[in-house]
Amino acid sequence: MSLSLSHFLILGAILFTLSVTGIFLNRKNLIIILMCIELMLLSVNMNFLAFSHFAGDIAGQVFVFFILTVAAAEAAIGLAILVVLFRNRGTINVAELDDLKG
Amino acid sequence: MMGLPYDLIVFYLFASILVVAASMVIFVRNPVHAALFLVLSFFASSAIWMLLEAEFLAITLILVYVGAVMVLFLFVVMMLDIDLAVLKEGFVKFLLIGGVIAVSMLGLMISVVGPDKFGADQITPPARHAADYSNTEELGRVLYTDYVYAFEIAAVILLVAIIAAIMLSLRKSRSAKTPNISKQVSVKKEDRLRIVKMDAVTDKGERS
Repeated sequence: MSLSLSHFLILGAILFTLSVTGIFLNRKNLIIILMCIELMLLSVNMNFLAFSHFAGDIAGQVFVFFILTVAAAEAAIGLAILVVLFRNRGTINVAELDDLKG
Repeated sequence: MMGLPYDLIVFYLFASILVVAASMVIFVRNPVHAALFLVLSFFASSAIWMLLEAEFLAITLILVYVGAVMVLFLFVVMMLDIDLAVLKEGFVKFLLIGGVIAVSMLGLMISVVGPDKFGADQITPPARHAADYSNTEELGRVLYTDYVYAFEIAAVILLVAIIAAIMLSLRKSRSAKTPNISKQVSVKKEDRLRIVKMDAVTDKGERS
């Protein structure tokens, strides 16, 4: 019994499932949804690093580097939008944000 | 627990911390606690990335995520005055169907990536690098040669994020001394310049 690739892949799968469930359960709270997206990106990064390690190819790590960059930018812009939304509407309840509904 | 390799013990320890912290992110009521549990899950996954010999990215995860992104999250969560009772509505209602979907999704994914396809027999674990191996050096070497174009684009993306975040959250202050551009452009000559007709006069006071 030793540490194998499937250990890391199953851990990534558990993390991804948890974050999908989190979006499902906390579908009204925009902040928790953003946090679940961060968690989802973390699980994807875990898979990239596991494959990178077991395949002996460093390209996976480069990809994780760029995902981290884009995720940081996404979090910054997402939170800025959240602040503006709260300032204008006074709520972050997803159910009340239906202005575009026809 | 005899005979269990050291790296397997470390993996199971941090993986259980990670799974527990990630489920607490979902289940706690208070968003501040959720953010703090997310910090804990980032720490645990950083330890697991160390196990995968991605030392530079493990430290970057702590610095960038825990140090910057999660602090930003905490600031925003604390600034907003949220009614928690309304936001937790429907949690119990979706718990059952969410659980069913989660279990079936997890079962499906594990049947794909399970030990019979990606186990140690199918894919042999690579030998550990020597102690003087530098992950940062290897990553930097490919980052500045093969991926330099993508690296530059990443820099531009960060610049866009900075400008967008500032522009979105900037509140117009009444005391700010900024020029009104539309007024400046629409100004006419008559508004600013007055031509006065008068006779030319010399020093001695006589008309020329």
